[in-house]
Amino acid sequence: MRKVSRLSRFNIASLALGLAFLYLPILILVIYSFNASRLVTVWGGWSLRWYHEFFNDRAMIEAAWMSFRVAVSSATIATLLGTLAAVALSRGERFRGRTLFSGMLYAPLVMPEVITGLSLLLLFVALNAERGFWTVTIAHTTLTMCFVAVVVQSRLGSLDRSLEEAAMDLGCDPVRAFLSVTLPLIAPAIVAGWMLAFTLSLDDLVIASFTTGPGSATLPIRIYSEVRLGVKPEINAICTLVIALIAVVIVIASLASKLSSSQGESAAPL
Amino acid sequence: MSARRIFARPARFAAIAPYVWMVLFFLVPFAFVLKISLSQTAIAQPPYEPVFDLTAGWDALKAAFAALSIDNFRLLVSDDLYVFAYLRSLTVAVTSTVLLLLVGYPIAYGMARLPRRWQAVAMVLVIVPFWTSFLIRIYAWINILQHDGLLNQILLALHLVSQPVVWLSTDSAMYIGIVYSYLPFMILPLYATLAKMEPVLEEAASDLGAPPWQVFWLLTFPLSLPGVGAGVLLCFIPIVGEFVIPDLLAGSNSLMIGQTLWLEFFTNKDWPVASAAAIVLLVVLLLPLLLYERLQKRQLEQGR
Repeated sequence: MRKVSRLSRFNIASLALGLAFLYLPILILVIYSFNASRLVTVWGGWSLRWYHEFFNDRAMIEAAWMSFRVAVSSATIATLLGTLAAVALSRGERFRGRTLFSGMLYAPLVMPEVITGLSLLLLFVALNAERGFWTVTIAHTTLTMCFVAVVVQSRLGSLDRSLEEAAMDLGCDPVRAFLSVTLPLIAPAIVAGWMLAFTLSLDDLVIASFTTGPGSATLPIRIYSEVRLGVKPEINAICTLVIALIAVVIVIASLASKLSSSQGESAAPL
Repeated sequence: MSARRIFARPARFAAIAPYVWMVLFFLVPFAFVLKISLSQTAIAQPPYEPVFDLTAGWDALKAAFAALSIDNFRLLVSDDLYVFAYLRSLTVAVTSTVLLLLVGYPIAYGMARLPRRWQAVAMVLVIVPFWTSFLIRIYAWINILQHDGLLNQILLALHLVSQPVVWLSTDSAMYIGIVYSYLPFMILPLYATLAKMEPVLEEAASDLGAPPWQVFWLLTFPLSLPGVGAGVLLCFIPIVGEFVIPDLLAGSNSLMIGQTLWLEFFTNKDWPVASAAAIVLLVVLLLPLLLYERLQKRQLEQGR
């Protein structure tokens, strides 16, 4: 009798190659950000020179600050709205326009960003809104709340509804049951959703380009215009800093979910 | 509605805020795109007047409708530039999606066959690059692919080539960039269906004498079709509208529709034509979505 080995050499090779393909370029970028040489490709020894250059580049710092503020505010609003949307969809009795609602929530996930950006710009122009911090924040909220909704909804879907029902049988009204039973259980997903929204906003170039005004460029817009002019070692340093920031965010997110899941386990026997 | 009744239907109550937001900032903007795509270039030149002046009443509305014109759509069909841009976008998206499937499937399959504990680790490893900025990841490839970049240095050192190969500003660079950026979107749905599949099935098939390629082609692949569909859709649609990757890696000899839109909007400032192009793009993209939905429905019916 022949048995299909569950993990063949081919499986391991394709996995290893795939992960190398995903990680090597980023690793190379990080290493070269510490390169002392002005030429991006010639290794001139370790140095923090390009980090120094970045911290003296006022325009870049301003763009980074703008990006950070937009990311924090849009992620926060998006998490609120996205969580509400997820609750409405997964705990929903049927309501009028439910199909339209879920359609609107899924469409931005796949829609080309050029279209989303263009349509929002036309709206803001028609409303005569001054373009800058708030228009970018609104645009990013619209995009990222859909991601939050998906993340939270999948957690809600895997949750045992009888917990909520038990709370209501014991006299909680639905809102109270949600706040004291469901919310703590989906908290990890909400944290993950916020983090995802934050990084997506920090990352976005296309929608930000359409919805921002003169003088309020975000970091990706700045990086993009620099990269188009040619490779500069300073960009390596900025990119490494962004990667580090996102790594910190991921670690916090995973710690948060680990913490709450272990709390859930210890609470379960009681 | 009294507060009590609202709280008795918490789901409806929860839907209000996100619903209003999405209508305001997702649905309504498309009305503006549609309106501007239907207006003439001369009167739609930025800066704009408000499009619908509701205070002016019916007459103004009638006048607005009278001013609608489909000239922009006619231009799109008659101008080779746009026709080629759409065709190129579709070609690039189809090619990239096929490449993504070829690269992503073995990885997803390998993941699904790992021991449970390692599957979670592998999944995190695949998702993490998706969290790092895609602009940065494209930039990382510029570092590698440029004239005196790492790839050419390695090729030269191994004496595989005698002089540096031009990678940047070529289609191969663009395909590398696209496959690299979209790979997690292809792997995750594939992995999700492959991991659910019982390995016992494959073992049974092979016990009954099927060679490995037959096991894969007659059993594994057909069973993973839902994942293939989701992955293809998740990659294909955004790639059609892709702007940044071709702009940074492919050079400017032939533009995709995303780039053409961008240029029309920011350089030529011809907003009506750009809006019309966006609407055509949207319609083109709705077709695969509807097709996918229909396929899924049929699969559900067959499943019963």
